[in-house]
Amino acid sequence: MSSIADWATPNPVTENRSGLIGKAVDRYEGPLKVTGTAPYAYEVEAPSPPVQGAIVTSAIARGRVAAIDTAEAEASPGVLLVWTHKTIPAQGARGARINPRSQRPSSPVMDSDEVRYFGETVAFVVADTLENARAAAALIKVTYDELWAVVDFPASLGLAENPPGEEDVRIGDFETAFAAAPVTLDETYTSPIQNHVQMEPCATTAWWDGDKVTVHTSIQMVKGGQHALAETLMIPSDDVHLLTRYIGGGFGGKGQSYDDLSLAALAARELKRPVKVAYTRQQMMLGTIHRPATIQRVRLGATPDGRLTAFALDGYTHCARDALFTEHFANFARSLYAAPNRLTGHKLVKMDLPGAGPMRAPGEASGMLSLEVAMDELAEKLGLDPIQLRLINEPERDPETGKPFSIRQLARCMNEGAQHFGWDRRNPKPGQVRDGRWWVGMGMAAAIRADYLLPAKAGARITADGTITLLQGMTDIGTGTYTILAQITAETLGVPLSQVRVEIGDSNLPPAPGSGGQFGASTAGSAALDAGMKLRVALAHLAVGDPNSPLYGASPDLVTFDDGKIRFGNQSEDLSTLVARAAPEGVYAEGSISPPADRRDVSLHTYGAHFAEVGVDMDTGEVRMRRMYGVFAAGRILNAKTAKSQITGGMIWGVGTALTETNSVDPRYGSLINQDVGGYLVPVHADIVDLDAVFLDEVDDKANPMGIKGVGELGISGAGAAIANAIYNACGVRLRDYPMTPDKVLAGLIAAGL
Amino acid sequence: MKTTMTVNGQASTLDLDPRTTLLDALREHLNLKGSKKGCDHGQCGACTVLVNGVRINSCLSLAVMHDGDAVTTIEGLGVVGALHPLQEAFLKQDAFQCGYCTPGQICSAAGMLKELADNWPSQETADLTAAIVATDAEIRERMSGNICRCSAYPQILAAIRDVVGAVA
Repeated sequence: MSSIADWATPNPVTENRSGLIGKAVDRYEGPLKVTGTAPYAYEVEAPSPPVQGAIVTSAIARGRVAAIDTAEAEASPGVLLVWTHKTIPAQGARGARINPRSQRPSSPVMDSDEVRYFGETVAFVVADTLENARAAAALIKVTYDELWAVVDFPASLGLAENPPGEEDVRIGDFETAFAAAPVTLDETYTSPIQNHVQMEPCATTAWWDGDKVTVHTSIQMVKGGQHALAETLMIPSDDVHLLTRYIGGGFGGKGQSYDDLSLAALAARELKRPVKVAYTRQQMMLGTIHRPATIQRVRLGATPDGRLTAFALDGYTHCARDALFTEHFANFARSLYAAPNRLTGHKLVKMDLPGAGPMRAPGEASGMLSLEVAMDELAEKLGLDPIQLRLINEPERDPETGKPFSIRQLARCMNEGAQHFGWDRRNPKPGQVRDGRWWVGMGMAAAIRADYLLPAKAGARITADGTITLLQGMTDIGTGTYTILAQITAETLGVPLSQVRVEIGDSNLPPAPGSGGQFGASTAGSAALDAGMKLRVALAHLAVGDPNSPLYGASPDLVTFDDGKIRFGNQSEDLSTLVARAAPEGVYAEGSISPPADRRDVSLHTYGAHFAEVGVDMDTGEVRMRRMYGVFAAGRILNAKTAKSQITGGMIWGVGTALTETNSVDPRYGSLINQDVGGYLVPVHADIVDLDAVFLDEVDDKANPMGIKGVGELGISGAGAAIANAIYNACGVRLRDYPMTPDKVLAGLIAAGL
Repeated sequence: MKTTMTVNGQASTLDLDPRTTLLDALREHLNLKGSKKGCDHGQCGACTVLVNGVRINSCLSLAVMHDGDAVTTIEGLGVVGALHPLQEAFLKQDAFQCGYCTPGQICSAAGMLKELADNWPSQETADLTAAIVATDAEIRERMSGNICRCSAYPQILAAIRDVVGAVA
């Protein structure tokens, strides 16, 4: 049985002899991306030119398709196929698994006349061209029997229930401690529905060869997509070859497959030719998952010197009626601040909306928006600096489980960030700093994001020319997976980066869980390290057993690898020479990672501190980010360049969260009002001024064999709260409803007589 | 409809459905898939190409409107092994993550550099009579039609800055 203690043994990544680990190397696939030659799912070369699909979606939130008239569409030029729920071929029953080991069940499309949300697929057209497909799709007439739908979240809290299998978590006696606390805060914070807005809409190109289907699709999880499609098509998963080599953004929204995958595969089978299907931007907004809205109540009780005695974070969120998901906005708080009496929990409203689901840092991204503003408010009540309040409440062990922290450098993040940012220049009294027509203020927030390690496999192959290929059913959604796998492999085998190739995004390769939960690098990388170690063993045995090798007869345990050579004492030869001579067909080895049970005995997180300076326009209430700085502790950093890009990208998501990003449900139709990026405002160049981040030197030897942790989701965690706090410091308007758009700020300015 | 365009220096005559956008003509008819479809209605900038040296959203333009035009796409700026200075700078500064908006960002930056050189003002330009200085604020303003959801904005600015050179 393995143990996290095993990870204390040095390995090539932790020894980092050639210095590739941590190095700011350019992205492996970068040349393809900057020249536009990386083929995304809609762009791959099919065996023959694909015909193109167009999806028609529902215009009601709940009910039935009463009638659907496809006659005109079918007669439209170039149309090859029109499907509705009445005519689509048989699919696996919703939620069914023929193969009990399938990671995902069947996800049929148009499997009945039932409409479950506004934007659900109700008809599908394939034509020779996209123009013909879309024109035909527009000719389809659908009438509905509409049913009453639950679409108004704040008005539906009476329907809220505990998420299945969950109850509030109580430590001590919160209510009594809160009632007795000398200083208290009790405020409610709200966050809206958010959309992922990946730049690449979901897309699939599919073709069949006999009973086997090949699909190129845009998905974060290879096996999940493969299995869902196999179950939907009711075929063995080995008959589905799923590829996802380049993915134009995921952020959690492409953790699952959508109807483009099933429809492309079904239509390609029906038409006996390649078919490609993409969502439109509007369909992305309406018909894929979103981050659900939250209503969070924070109650804090403290002693006059700032020690928390009572702490509660609980409230409401929502998900689709038959697609259970909980935005666990309170979970992170169980590990953040010390307090003897605690209450955390979630209530869930099931609604007739598209699926709620994971979006970059699910839980933390929403929950830190409340607690980290509440801490700012409490600090002001206590007359303490917000950093000081947090330092006073730094726990020595995980405050709820009592587990030791693997490593926790939150205090250092806050202190070093404060020094670099010039936090001492912040006037704690709001509304004191003016720059022309701008009120100027500073805010900070802590960041925490849980760290995970999942089981994964990887393969490593060396061919006669000395090229080493790392093979894994992993994905790179822009996170840098290709690059860090190349670095790990090169360092492990002691070869230059130029000698390493990486093949990922293919269901035929050794499986990895994919990209999500910022577990990708740890999980896939640890398996890649093990595959490299297994390949070293195979090569060592090959050399010492080969009479023609200068290493013949040596102990395989004492063989070393560096500079493209295999070495024993002063004897060495090039890996390519060895393999070309002794194993011209190449050598392949597989490795794996599976988290040891005792990894659960430590509290494992990444940490950080955000600092923001904003300007608030005194006349319009417009908020502009002026400066932002973050200090993060996330274990060993594999690539200084790609890791920083991940973390600053996350921080910018925090800017959008704080200032612009919101969707709302139109209660008349149950539709999301913002259906494109003209309405749903993500940050653009002009919104991001002076933003930087650093990582602390850190190794977390309890996290995985490499001592690394994830960075993809830490950057957004807490970032929006730092901006909210800066708005208050700038102008004295305390907002608790995200995003903090000019209308809300202006109302506050007017109410304050400013 | 017959339409003749010079694309990346090569004359092409296409027989197109008049509804075909310039973006779809490039992607589906000329196999130039570097120009990306992000929103298909002119909001995201992923489809940005240069038409007669000026950047446009190719999804908002019908291909048949471009008879006789010279179109430059990302494939025309540089290729692997012979990168355009902007492509080189994007690579070095890690000015992209998922890469989907990248061709549009780079084509847009190329168009912007010419607009700066030609002294076209923007909202950020304080003095319309003086030569325009390529400040960070000018670059950000002029690049704001190109959304990067991965949010590589600081890195994109750094890459463009590498090409423009430092401003006093």
